[in-house]
Amino acid sequence: MIRILKPGFYASVQDAGRVGYLSDGVGRCGAMDALALKVGNAAVGNPDTAAALEFTFGGFEVEATRDIEICIGGAPIQAKIDGKPIHRWWAQTFHKGQRLSVGPCASGMRSYLCVAGGIDVPTVLGSKSTDLKGGFGGLSGRLLKAGDVLDVGPARKGREMRPKGLSPREFPDLFRDFTACPTLLFIPAREWEDLDAANQRKFLDEEWVISPDSNRVGYRLNGVQISPKVHKEMLSHGILPGTIQLPPSGQPVVQMKDANTAGGYPKLGKVIEADMSVLAQVPIGKSIRFAPCSIDEAKIALRTQNAHSDRVRKIMNGLRNIA
Amino acid sequence: MTTPALHVSHLGEEAVLFQCDGPLMRETQARFWALEQHCHDLEMVQACVLGVHSLLLCLGPDATDDAVCDHVFRLWETLTPLEPSDTVVEIPVRYNGEDLADLAHAEGLTPAEVVRIHTATEYIVFALGSQPGFPYLGGLDERLHCPRRASPRVRVEAGSVAIGGGQTGIISRTSPSGWHILGHTEIELFDENRKQPSLLSARDRVRFVAREGAA
Repeated sequence: MIRILKPGFYASVQDAGRVGYLSDGVGRCGAMDALALKVGNAAVGNPDTAAALEFTFGGFEVEATRDIEICIGGAPIQAKIDGKPIHRWWAQTFHKGQRLSVGPCASGMRSYLCVAGGIDVPTVLGSKSTDLKGGFGGLSGRLLKAGDVLDVGPARKGREMRPKGLSPREFPDLFRDFTACPTLLFIPAREWEDLDAANQRKFLDEEWVISPDSNRVGYRLNGVQISPKVHKEMLSHGILPGTIQLPPSGQPVVQMKDANTAGGYPKLGKVIEADMSVLAQVPIGKSIRFAPCSIDEAKIALRTQNAHSDRVRKIMNGLRNIA
Repeated sequence: MTTPALHVSHLGEEAVLFQCDGPLMRETQARFWALEQHCHDLEMVQACVLGVHSLLLCLGPDATDDAVCDHVFRLWETLTPLEPSDTVVEIPVRYNGEDLADLAHAEGLTPAEVVRIHTATEYIVFALGSQPGFPYLGGLDERLHCPRRASPRVRVEAGSVAIGGGQTGIISRTSPSGWHILGHTEIELFDENRKQPSLLSARDRVRFVAREGAA
């Protein structure tokens, strides 16, 4: 089991998300940085979808109440077990009574603590993810607080508990920092054509600043005013995380994992799946840019990213077998 | 009635959105109810999200949009629209909402007239969405149509019965909202522990019944 000593700014249990109840208005939720969850799970021999702890801005501390195997991934951070530095993207034993403490994120936003066996909370509506808006999933549908104790599921049998991990040389993408302004690819959506060429250009040229009132539901962007040719009063339709909406304020909002299942604002596009993990790590106050891409490019990017996490799994299993 | 024009657009690399533009019509929504039923059974479709005059289809990574679109457009021309269901759900409401007086004033009505008009109609659940169990209800009397508040309230309590534009609904989870609040109900619209978590389903009929008493 894991005891939370300091949860940091915003900590919750998240897995790959909840997809079976979208038509009931139940959002997806799930890890904001889906790639980090996948890689972290692969590192400790879990299925891709196992639940982990998601921390925001670093600055957290937890204690093991029995020996477990962990991997910490996501944003660049300084992590220590009982004062001894440990690596990101390394699987290692976290012994009973030891404390893992993590400093603030050097860049990036979210860290994932993956545990062999996964965080074991009840599955609600097909997922262990915390749905804060719905008030269910995770630990009693709420954020984690100091003193919480989380069960860990049974790890896969025959596991070799020797530290093993990924190197920045081999996986530069997993070690990128998020201080530069990344360009996120998006697929234009229906109302993109409601912008004239000048406004489309403004949207693509702007370095959009992520506003402080951004959260797991959505990222509000600050920058130039974008005005559509016509203002449409729209009917509510299904939307997805990654949808870039343009409210009447003219300042775009990117829907994130805790997004509502439906919305009625004009939508300029949707950030491609492969880039959602990058967006999840761009810190508040930093900027992003957008560039349009085709559906084929988006699919290739996702396939490449998936191949990436498959390779991690192979490497980690390989190390395990050699050991 | 001629088949309303169906518009298709992409929502990212793995979803296609089918829509009909307004005004809100039950006949149009009835076609989407039928379309959703058909699309549930399609192998290429991972999830369907019914909306108002819309259906979002989330496709598997290997599905081709062209094949799905061809199929949906064929269905659209040939399907039989579904009728509203026989289920009638009564929602007891205390009409003591913070926006009742303002809304009445804006419409040139008294609060009592607003309540009378709001309770006189049988509404149909067009779709659920936005929040767990939140119903988009069709059938709001035109005299009560009212644009959303210029600045949304930061916190609207679960159980608030409200009007936004040409729609009325029940806020199912305490959240920000730009809708005008007419009153409150204690009915639980969504309980994740129930076998059927949502109290309401698309096509259900809903009646609001005025109840006396303080909030």
